[in-house]
Amino acid sequence: MMLLIGSLTIGLILSLLALGVYISFRVFSFADITTEGSLTLGAAVAAVLIVRGVNPLAATLAGGLAGMVAGSITGLLHTRCGVHALLSGILVMTALYSVNLRIMGRSNIPLMSVKTLPQQAGELGDALFGAGGPVLLWGWTVEREALAMLTGALLVAVLVALLLYLFFKTNLGSAMRATGDNAQMMRAQGIHTGNMLVLGLAIANGLVALAGALLAQFQGFADVQMGIGMLVWGLASVIIGQALVGPSRFGLAIIGAVMGAVLFRLLVAIALRWGLNPNDLKLMTALFVLAALVLPTVLRSLRQRKAVRHA
Amino acid sequence: MLNIKDISKTFNPGTPDEVQAIKHVSLTVPEGSFVVVIGTNGSGKSTLQQLIAGACVPDSGSIELAGQDITRWGEHRRAALIGRVFQNPFSGTAPTLSIIENMALAARRGQRRGLGWLLSGAVRRHLRERVAELGMGLEDRLDNAIGSLSGGQRQALTLLMAVLQRPSLLLLDEHTAALDPKASDQVIRLTRDMVAREKLTTVMVTHSMHQAAHLGDRLIMMVNGEIRQDLADERKRRVHVEDLLALFEQVRRADRLDASAAELLRSRYV
Repeated sequence: MMLLIGSLTIGLILSLLALGVYISFRVFSFADITTEGSLTLGAAVAAVLIVRGVNPLAATLAGGLAGMVAGSITGLLHTRCGVHALLSGILVMTALYSVNLRIMGRSNIPLMSVKTLPQQAGELGDALFGAGGPVLLWGWTVEREALAMLTGALLVAVLVALLLYLFFKTNLGSAMRATGDNAQMMRAQGIHTGNMLVLGLAIANGLVALAGALLAQFQGFADVQMGIGMLVWGLASVIIGQALVGPSRFGLAIIGAVMGAVLFRLLVAIALRWGLNPNDLKLMTALFVLAALVLPTVLRSLRQRKAVRHA
Repeated sequence: MLNIKDISKTFNPGTPDEVQAIKHVSLTVPEGSFVVVIGTNGSGKSTLQQLIAGACVPDSGSIELAGQDITRWGEHRRAALIGRVFQNPFSGTAPTLSIIENMALAARRGQRRGLGWLLSGAVRRHLRERVAELGMGLEDRLDNAIGSLSGGQRQALTLLMAVLQRPSLLLLDEHTAALDPKASDQVIRLTRDMVAREKLTTVMVTHSMHQAAHLGDRLIMMVNGEIRQDLADERKRRVHVEDLLALFEQVRRADRLDASAAELLRSRYV
């Protein structure tokens, strides 16, 4: 049960990553590898600030803000300097590796002995429902703190998903969706589509960095390696989400991305429990995403070939 | 009023692929005038449209619209003045957004987009009325994704989107070329009605001699990046499809003459 609650909490935290990847990959069809750097960037900024005694909430938001800056740089490299989309992300990701090391001063910052958001959530839970030992939940004993963290993560995920949903219903947010859909049309409607991409990548990487900042606090350390493979992780979540809700409009797609992130994290936890070598995890994730991207086309062509043979 | 002064455009200058698409073209379209542009493939009629829309920048010359020099304006900035319908019915609308969302985006063409709601009750009611005016029954499907509609329906909506906010210039780029004859007729009828009702200044490029003969109050024929014919008012009214076909035949013969003359000279002197 503890494993389940821990997985759910991480899944919910990483749903912010999935929402970020949803914006860059699904709305703009931009495979933004900056994600891997900005996740670490968010963790690094938040961790350093928290260690220096800054309020954890402010530190977390600062981490998100740093991610927005990183995303804008990728966007500007692509739209203003004409750098190839994928390459602009690679450049920023690579640069961020050094930047993150500079920010942290070393490759790993432990957060065990300082007060972080999850601990504050735990304290808040104690204050509201009274402190005490483990509680009984449907016959399982559960640590109060874990429960408080899960609730906190759920609130954050719901809040961010709701804000994103509302944003996509505004004039600006709708123009962003339409730009990803048909840039030529939106230029004819008076939108600077380049600026729209920059803003989209800023929001996407802001969410990713927020996920990084929360993840670092939950797991108790920020590490310069923690972003590796996270773009594919986010893609996997988005793809699972899409499988869950179908090819639908953005409202359900947002819910799908959150559910996909949680489900994917649970699948990973189960696979690890069943003896999957953790070293193979990224290989498995990559193969999963590859299969999800390629299978529909393969199936379609098989079906067509069949139809031709029957004709 | 649209005022084009002596614009030229050369693609790939200084390379073997150099193409002089537009050669010193000047054109004045008075307020409320409906100009139809025809021309052979590669005559520069599409390039002229792109130069007006801002999709490419002229090498020389200037473009004025509604009293402002827009020569250096980007495509998105000109959108405040220009409503456009493209040849490809898929180009003018965002497929995964609903009909009403597409309409509402177009209703704010050229304006700042902030964090206000895209769709309010009042906007919805107003747009529903406008869509109903098309007489296609689409007002009952406002929340369907626009990608689920036929090319003709999408093109009719794109046309409506271009005029929702009255444009200083309506640019139509062979906007019925990709439609079946029935849908094409319908879109042309809508075009004529809208332009007449709102007295829109319009530049329409077309492949159809029938449309060229029956629409608009002025006809321009482009050949090799230049305006070869410019028929207005009475002369335009008298034009028949046969006259236009004869004009094209003339151009074709002249081209062949050029080519065969060059061949003759080459065989003599080279």
